[in-house]
Amino acid sequence: MMVKELMEELVKLGDTQVIVGVKPTIGEPFGDTPNLGVLMTNCELLPMAAPGFEPGPPSPESIELARVVDRGIRESELVDLEKLCIEEGKKVWMLFIDLHVIDYDGNLFDASNLAVMAALMNTKLPVAEYIDDEIVLSEDETMDLPIRDKLALSTFVKIGNGLILDPSLEEEEILDARITIGVTDEGNHVCSMQKGGEAPLTRDEILDAVHMAFTTKDDLLSYLD
Amino acid sequence: MFFIISNDKELRVDGRAYDEFRPIKIEAGVLKRADGSAYLEVGGNKILASVYGPRESYIRRLLKPNTGVIRVRYNMAPFSVDDRKRPGPDRRSTEISKIAADALRPALMLESFPRSMVDVSIEVIEAEGGTRCAGITAAAVALADAGIPMKDIVVGCAAGKVNDQVVLDLSEKEDKEGQADVPIAMMPRTGEITLLQADGNLTEEEFEEALDLTMEGCRKISQLQHEALKARYSSE
Repeated sequence: MMVKELMEELVKLGDTQVIVGVKPTIGEPFGDTPNLGVLMTNCELLPMAAPGFEPGPPSPESIELARVVDRGIRESELVDLEKLCIEEGKKVWMLFIDLHVIDYDGNLFDASNLAVMAALMNTKLPVAEYIDDEIVLSEDETMDLPIRDKLALSTFVKIGNGLILDPSLEEEEILDARITIGVTDEGNHVCSMQKGGEAPLTRDEILDAVHMAFTTKDDLLSYLD
Repeated sequence: MFFIISNDKELRVDGRAYDEFRPIKIEAGVLKRADGSAYLEVGGNKILASVYGPRESYIRRLLKPNTGVIRVRYNMAPFSVDDRKRPGPDRRSTEISKIAADALRPALMLESFPRSMVDVSIEVIEAEGGTRCAGITAAAVALADAGIPMKDIVVGCAAGKVNDQVVLDLSEKEDKEGQADVPIAMMPRTGEITLLQADGNLTEEEFEEALDLTMEGCRKISQLQHEALKARYSSE
């Protein structure tokens, strides 16, 4: 069953543009989590976004982007998945989060995460009830998504000996290493992390980046207000 | 005067101390045809790694004129987990393949092999938590066994948070029930980190603790990698 409600958000970070759609549908829960709603994150690096993006099956880069964004949202438990359960073991809300990168000018991770956060915060679901083995959707009553916290994703690149926040395309093209850190607003926890790039990072560089992620999160999240 | 010794062993379901690994076994040179290979067990994980190359590749567009390239395929056998896994690559294995290549590449001196490819295959025969780090550890031994010039032998392990305590080397059960997981890989000679991921909930201090615990753990596993390689070439 498809529900028409769809929340789209466009985020621009410099000239990078990401559109995110959140599409709720009703489906069956996974066997090992019968009382939890389902989150699925997908990403398309559209050929229109950069000359190097090719059509076809998802590239490792797009899968990595989707999975890093997904990991932050999931592990921070900022969506209360228990509240997305309609009837335990039978029907739950499934949220399909689709990332559409339409213009690539660097730092897709942070831009995508902000877009997903904005979309989730604005998503409304029709109130659903389970009556006689059937789902009845309310025509006029809606509920907000149960959002408990906010997540800021901060990406740094190492070029030479420096760490730079929010890399531009030019900076990404010459990066030695990359590190992305997800930090929750209220929980004040590190929830996700991903290193990329060809060069290694030292212990101190990593700890510096983590510390900076905590100090930049307020600034980043202020764009959601 | 007396000391109160904390009973760390109560902490973990399998009775390990917070900084204790599951039993580890590494063997180098287990496959005949491959240029290099290794077999690794840690707890219930059974992992094979193979290396072919440096060699020419028919996928010309992947080759580079100024350096060799490394390609990694991480794959889980359908029978490696409780419910049969659908064969073939999925999103998880695609991501792990990518980051495993990133983790191994910094140690390799591939600039000596322009226009050639090193193919690394990590095959998870049985999985019990922590397969990506174990796979990278095994692949590094296989790369050394293949005789590829390296600055260091990359090694991986993970720390995590279980019952609000940072512990080393999560088992599958701990990973499922735990609060966080931080897999890393490093080059033990310089202490540089070549793979870093994290998921779960950690404070800044807990993350630092986890990072230090994994780095210490990596150094211990590094010894076992060296012993496996020595055993391979001293017995013949």
